[in-house]
Amino acid sequence: MHFSIQNILFLLVAAAGFGLFAWQVRKIRANILVGRDRDMSGNVSERLNKTFLVAFGQQKMFKRITPALLHLIVYVGFIVINIEVIEIMIDGIFGTHRALSFLGPLYSALVGTNEILGALVIVAVAAFWWRRNVKGVRRFTGPELRMWPKMDANIILYIEVILMVALFLMNASDLKLHQMEGKDLPGAFPISSLLTGLLPSNVGALEILERVSWWAHIVGILAFLNYLPSSKHFHIILAFPNVYYSRLVPQGQFSNVDSITHEVKAMMDPSYQVPPPATNPDGSAAAPTPFGAKDVNDLAWTNLLNAYSCTECGRCTSVCPANITGKLLSPRKIIMDTRDRMEEKYNSPLIFQPNLYGTEAKHAEQEVLDKENHTLLRGYVTPEELWACTTCNACVEACPVNINPLESIVEMRRFLVLEESAAPNSLNVMFSNIENNGAPWAFSPSDRFNWADELYVADKAVKA
Amino acid sequence: MSNLAAAGEEPEILFWVGCAGAFDDRYKRVTRAFVRILEHVGVKYAVLGMEETCTGDPAKRAGNEFLFQMQAMQNITTFEGYGIKKIVTACPHCFNTIKNEYPALGGNYEVIHHSTFLQQLINEGRVGVAGGGEFKGQRITFHDSCYLGRANNIYEAPRDVLATLDADLVEMKRSKANGLCCGAGGAQMWKEPEPGKKDINVERTEEALAALDGNAAALHNLLGVEGGNAGATPAPRDAQQRSIIAVSCPFCMTMMSDGVKNKERENNVQVFDLAELIATAEGLNA
Repeated sequence: MHFSIQNILFLLVAAAGFGLFAWQVRKIRANILVGRDRDMSGNVSERLNKTFLVAFGQQKMFKRITPALLHLIVYVGFIVINIEVIEIMIDGIFGTHRALSFLGPLYSALVGTNEILGALVIVAVAAFWWRRNVKGVRRFTGPELRMWPKMDANIILYIEVILMVALFLMNASDLKLHQMEGKDLPGAFPISSLLTGLLPSNVGALEILERVSWWAHIVGILAFLNYLPSSKHFHIILAFPNVYYSRLVPQGQFSNVDSITHEVKAMMDPSYQVPPPATNPDGSAAAPTPFGAKDVNDLAWTNLLNAYSCTECGRCTSVCPANITGKLLSPRKIIMDTRDRMEEKYNSPLIFQPNLYGTEAKHAEQEVLDKENHTLLRGYVTPEELWACTTCNACVEACPVNINPLESIVEMRRFLVLEESAAPNSLNVMFSNIENNGAPWAFSPSDRFNWADELYVADKAVKA
Repeated sequence: MSNLAAAGEEPEILFWVGCAGAFDDRYKRVTRAFVRILEHVGVKYAVLGMEETCTGDPAKRAGNEFLFQMQAMQNITTFEGYGIKKIVTACPHCFNTIKNEYPALGGNYEVIHHSTFLQQLINEGRVGVAGGGEFKGQRITFHDSCYLGRANNIYEAPRDVLATLDADLVEMKRSKANGLCCGAGGAQMWKEPEPGKKDINVERTEEALAALDGNAAALHNLLGVEGGNAGATPAPRDAQQRSIIAVSCPFCMTMMSDGVKNKERENNVQVFDLAELIATAEGLNA
């Protein structure tokens, strides 16, 4: 154990890194909690089972085999390499060297697996970069993926490569130092042993290289950790709670609006007791909540959790029938807009502010609204987008982390219809047909049984 | 239903016809075909006739929750009045709404879509379709309705029903959970589509035609389909041969029929509901 100034420095850096991360997570938590309350308790075993399959097990990723395999490499690599981070933390704090090496053969297997996964991660990341920037996979080139979202995606890939390169440089220089001193280095190094030949044979230079790459690896990880809350890459954390809190009911079941149920029941039965309106903690009447959603705080907190869990992969948009046929609707954009609007309206003292990096490119064609109307609806999402939705659930089915863009779309439609009477005129005609005729078409209810008139025409003709 | 109730009788099932089944000229034929099957197998059924009213599905999906609940409460009152327990319908939208959304308003029923009901009749041997009748060997592709498939996870029942026809069944590139909407759900049926490159039903019909014709090139030209992991392309076929797009939803029926007309293929491609195919194969639609 060599306790030194390095250990104190490490403690300070680690404390700052984790502290800053916790501070950022608190801001995001506060943003999510501005949403409407929704009771998601209960069904624990069913929810855990789903989380195990969909989040840990990557079940829905495997609808598309190529990206699923590439993603699996990076995902498994992330988990396994993090075991080594534990060792780095121990070494950093206590001045030990390869503290887990007492594990013996298990340690060798761990380090060897790490090295192979690290190399595979570099290959997978290169493939991701190629798919995104050269091949131009359609879902990575949508209009909402310009400027910051595009940059963000590439930054993540670059950081991952830097972290892997630091890992290999650290191992290779350590290995060469030990070789030059004629000592054994615990662990197995299938990749780094190939790299030692490229390194200088100067003990001083190797010692510096080993220290620099050790620090680069851990500082890089802490920096990446603090980059996450500003990035779509935050999904590596929120994917799990997001899947846990996803809906358990059939996809076709839309939420019931209880306040409307009370009104309808009171209309049908005058003796029905409507529950008293909500009150503030001080006893005064609370401001009435609008029907549907105009802004982010009108959505349920689960919808807001969705927005922070989105990694902008665009699988939702690529299966959306409206988007496929060239309409303005993109479910991914609805989710990204929700996040951007939360950070604009509430907490955005994150290190990077997505709204500062050219969201105007996403909304270039939108009218400039006064402050009151600059909300999620209209300020970000246009009614045209919302009315293009066929509610087919393809986006919900496609999302690998169970995000539900449809729920947000329907909530905003509810606001347009119930608060603003702003439905397209043809839909208003449909509404009044239902009200007056009990059918969405303009037919008389007395004609409802006419289909039966012709039922036995053929029989009668034969019998006659 | 009121006649049965007056006679003090209880039906085994309530056949919920739905607005399209009652008013749409094309879907009325499906209603009649299904009734002929019910009569053929001797199920004791009832219909509400003029007491039926819209379930509220298009209102709810368009955001008009108030109108939806008014309709739902009205229907629930009717159901309760007759002591209804089991409902069968040929409309996936009615099926979904009554099955999934009425319970929150106090209406709990066993709700069955006619594809599942037909599958049960076939499994019980009550509908035979010996040798598939006139559909034997014809090429048929099934278009999944979103409100049957993704909304309620019913993918196999309609395929099992079609399988009894002994036809040449082919799958479209986007099918089952990945199926593409016909374009009419979510109240789109009652409005013009938003501006775009093409209408959704045209895109879906092109996909159906490519599958029916076994046209690999056409399959690859579809919008938004990422290649590589699609199922095998069916054997190429003369585009003049008669083939069928099978549906199990009135909206899909309208949209796919319009799409076939748009592609000027109505001379040899027909759109049929499952109930029509079974009724015809059984010789009930004569």
